[in-house]
Amino acid sequence: MTRSVPSTPETKPRLVLIGNGMAGMRTLEELLKLAPDMYEITVFGDEPYGNYNRIMLSPMLSGEQTLPEIMLNDEDWYAERDITLRKGERVERIDRLRREVLTQDGDRLPYDRVLIATGSRPFIPPIPGADQDGVLGFRTVADVETMVEASDGDDRRAVVIGGGLLGLEAAAGLAAHGMHVTVLHRNGHIMDQQLDTAAGRMLERTLCERGIDVRVNANTRRIEGDGRVTGVELDDGERLPADLVVMATGIRPNIDVAEASKLYCERGIVVDDTLLTYDPKIYAVGECAQHRGDTYGLVAPLFEQAKVCANHLAHYGIAKYGGSMVSTKLKVTGVDVYSAGKIAAGDDETEEEMVFADAARGVYKKLVLRDDRVEGAVLYGDTLDGSWYFQLMREGTNISDMREHLLFGQAHVGDSGHGATARIASLPDDAEICGCNGVCKGDIVRAINENKIFTLDEVRAHTKASASCGSCTGMVEDLMASTLGGDYSAAPSKKPVCECTDHSHDEVREAIYRQELHDIPAVFAALDWRTDNGCAKCRPALNYYLLCAWPDTYQDDPQSRFINERVHANIQKDGTYSVIPRIWGGVTTPNQLKSIAEVAERFEVPTVKITGGQRIDLLGVQKEQLPAMWKDLNDAGFVSGHAYGKSLRTVKTCVGREWCRFGTQDSTGLGIQLEKITWGSWMPHKFKIAVSGCPRNCAEATIKDFGVVCVDSGYELHVGGNGGMKVRPTEFLCKVDTEAEVIDFTTAFIQLYREEARYLERTAPWIERVGLSYVKRRLLEDPSGRETLSERFANSQRFAQRDPWADQVAAEDDHEYEPMMVLS
Amino acid sequence: MSQSNANDLTWYRIGPVSDIPPLGSRVVQHQGVRIAIFRAHGDAIFAVRDQCPHKEGPLSQGIVHGQRVTCPLHGWVIELASGEAVKPDVGCTPRYPTRVDDEGVISLGVPALPPELTPADDVVHDLADDA
Ligand code: SRM
Ligand SMILES: Cc1cc2nc3c(=O)[nH]c(=O)nc-3n(C[C@H](O)[C@H](O)[C@H](O)COP(=O)(O)OP(=O)(O)OC[C@H]3O[C@@H](n4cnc5c(N)ncnc54)[C@H](O)[C@@H]3O)c2cc1C
Ligand code: SF4
Ligand code: FES
Repeated sequence: MTRSVPSTPETKPRLVLIGNGMAGMRTLEELLKLAPDMYEITVFGDEPYGNYNRIMLSPMLSGEQTLPEIMLNDEDWYAERDITLRKGERVERIDRLRREVLTQDGDRLPYDRVLIATGSRPFIPPIPGADQDGVLGFRTVADVETMVEASDGDDRRAVVIGGGLLGLEAAAGLAAHGMHVTVLHRNGHIMDQQLDTAAGRMLERTLCERGIDVRVNANTRRIEGDGRVTGVELDDGERLPADLVVMATGIRPNIDVAEASKLYCERGIVVDDTLLTYDPKIYAVGECAQHRGDTYGLVAPLFEQAKVCANHLAHYGIAKYGGSMVSTKLKVTGVDVYSAGKIAAGDDETEEEMVFADAARGVYKKLVLRDDRVEGAVLYGDTLDGSWYFQLMREGTNISDMREHLLFGQAHVGDSGHGATARIASLPDDAEICGCNGVCKGDIVRAINENKIFTLDEVRAHTKASASCGSCTGMVEDLMASTLGGDYSAAPSKKPVCECTDHSHDEVREAIYRQELHDIPAVFAALDWRTDNGCAKCRPALNYYLLCAWPDTYQDDPQSRFINERVHANIQKDGTYSVIPRIWGGVTTPNQLKSIAEVAERFEVPTVKITGGQRIDLLGVQKEQLPAMWKDLNDAGFVSGHAYGKSLRTVKTCVGREWCRFGTQDSTGLGIQLEKITWGSWMPHKFKIAVSGCPRNCAEATIKDFGVVCVDSGYELHVGGNGGMKVRPTEFLCKVDTEAEVIDFTTAFIQLYREEARYLERTAPWIERVGLSYVKRRLLEDPSGRETLSERFANSQRFAQRDPWADQVAAEDDHEYEPMMVLS
Repeated sequence: MSQSNANDLTWYRIGPVSDIPPLGSRVVQHQGVRIAIFRAHGDAIFAVRDQCPHKEGPLSQGIVHGQRVTCPLHGWVIELASGEAVKPDVGCTPRYPTRVDDEGVISLGVPALPPELTPADDVVHDLADDA
């Protein structure tokens, strides 16, 4: 893509960043990713360093981290990118008429664009004596250094005024240096912005056990001393001796530069959805900015702002910031506190609370709900589900279908899944978090700290934790939250398909229909894809969406399919393939078995295995052998089993009425019929069906995407089950009387899933997202709608139901299977 | 790459660009080593050893995008021009020089055979015509 701004050094526009902190620098990093050479950049920061990770001041105070360890962009970073860093220099104001930035020392620097990211400063309430030495806020490296100095010596005492997040982290840090610490909090319980009374009390108790004295309803009358603090006097006359007083009584946006420049400010510098201030040359991001009435004090939303702002600075002009939801987590080792959104139901009756308390285990959970949606969560002691509740909140998921299990956590909405119950904070460093890739807790925490990473994707990239099967994602998120103190990720309610675009799956799909986009290049063009030909994430998704939208005309793009789907076999660890022919309903004949045996012998197949899906796997086949093997299997009457595809996999059956003394219906025959109707169809993810002949359920129908359980009076239909990484039993959809109805519901359900689930979303997470009630509305309450779904499925099957093996044999696509050449 | 480098390399004509599907790849075997030839974005031709630096996955079977390929086994992304894994993964697979002549035929340069087996001159093996 070409940018309209010329990029020769002489004519480069000049960008001045005021404020060398986390939000401003993140914006520069995002900008450099989009347009590396666009601006000549100067950065002013009144602290004497490069950019450091302010979040890590808490661990730095407690001695777990050092300054070099928490640097995000050291001075070399600036030098390598030709960015001028003017550290230790304060900007006084912006001369907007002359377009110059004025420094405290009277220097003037012309600009084309300014980015203000001055953050905020501790609010020091006007208490008499607060201006003495030894009284300070908790905001900068300098503050931490002063605190550490003050803690040096025996029997040193500290008073922390303010029992919010910052105050408690300061208290824990000072206590770690052996100081006697008292926390004074004005209101009835600590962290009252984030916790309700019950959770606040539990936290107070825990802190007391760790030797931190917490006083609530405590007002400070004056700070005593003779130029250097000696103590604190409370309203009730009590006096506490102190060598150090930390004021953690809130922060105020730093808007003095903006005000001196006559930029419109309220509590913060007012910006629009593109982070532009009232001056079209000046942007503002971070804690100093006020967007739609809100200012933020956590990095996650600031990083979202940074991304949007960079997009506009780079003249892409497509991103918009819509505000953020934030969650917080106290970063005190061994204490698990999580909070997001509302902490209590309001007075009007539309809001309600759900509470779970187990004092013996020290666990407390509260959810605030409104109209069956999560509006807030307060968790104490067991915070593992914090990220899940936060996700439900962000996505506005209707929770009426999971009400009864909601408080017990995601695990109970159906899981056996490994390890989901462990309390993360209490785990030792060598506890394995990711079973697929053998990643331990310590590895993850180290990666976060050493590589200065803030998002789940980055953790996945660096450690591979949760990058494979994903079942430990909750634990990894929880670890990130306890290391970074909040929902770490830029948490947009809409998630882009991949890094090639800002559009979400749903938006892409809608555009395909609405703008009638018929191939991948058309989607790239219409939706301004950032890359020339996408990546391994978006191309398979687009290929599926197009194929689902235009079943009769779309030309499948083999190069956009994962290898398994391209060559209709599963790739194995050594680069060989496995071949699984379809065995309808798991029923076979001696003749079929003989043919398979012959093929296996003819091609010297190293391993023959019965799969968990009631069929036979021929493992260790060379790619070159595939077409010949398929031909032989075709000749013996077999078609591809699609064991490799995001497609219909197996229809598992039990013996049923024909043989079994308990069988109520012909489950085997019905399963075979269902497989014959649905095989060959491509789906957002794999799809498994099972039919059991009675409620003993030998075909395990209640952990399948679609399960049929035959009963004496008909057929029970179950949907959304999953037997994989996170076991989820199906939910009951309805009961029907005839096989014909079973077929109708199966095909309608599949089509609904095909048309509405996001690529790589299996039926279980899809139903959790949209709710079973929604599926019922579409399939039960709207019979004619159901019928058209079935019709659309049948239509799509007219084109999809071809044996890909036969097709490949006929096409003689030697380019796929033959080496191009053997040289010697 | 100029002819003078041919002292170290033997060049083989391996076939027309059109033998490889766009954003696809094919394998050439050379002394038991599989070399993956990629036709990347803009018909750029690259050759690397068909072995992922991670766990030897066959890169030729991956999805090609831009001038990179995503390994089919665990999703590492390899920069085709350098053979290097894209950060934060670390590793490199050997790459081989390629060139495409005016007729669109690809030549692949592979390290020359040990001296006793090396052809006397700068022979360009025209196997494509034999095939
Ligand atoms: C061959 C087989 C194991 C066996 O030897 O029995 C198998 C093998 C693989 N399974 Fe499976 N699964 C097999 C039955 C199952 C079952 C049991 C079933 O279907 O009744 C399950 C649990 C049921 C379910 O899916 O809910 C199962 C849950 C998974 C999962 C987890 C899916 C999930 O949503 O949680 C994966 C990973 C994925 O799909 O992302 C997976 C992925 C895989 C892959 C494709 C891994 C991969 O990406 O390479 C394996 C391919 C090996 C190969 O080349 O054959 N396999 N896999 C089974 C083939 C059945 C068939 O005839 O087609
Ligand atoms: C102890 C502590 C713990 C925290 N823990 C968490 C946490 O766990 N999770 C979380 O999400 N957030 C946490 N935060 C908050 C987080 O650090 C801030 O939200 C974030 O740093 C704000 O970024 P910013 O760029 O807006 O401001 P800052 O990072 O403060 O950067 C602003 C910079 O601008 C400089 N500046 C100001 N005025 C001028 C001027 N006129 N001229 C030149 N330079 C100027 C300032 O000195 C400062 O360096 C914590 C903060 C602190 C202090
Ligand atoms: S077959 Fe399934 S369970 Fe077994 S190793 Fe492969 S993915 Fe894991
Ligand atoms: S072998 Fe290539 S990513 Fe693992």
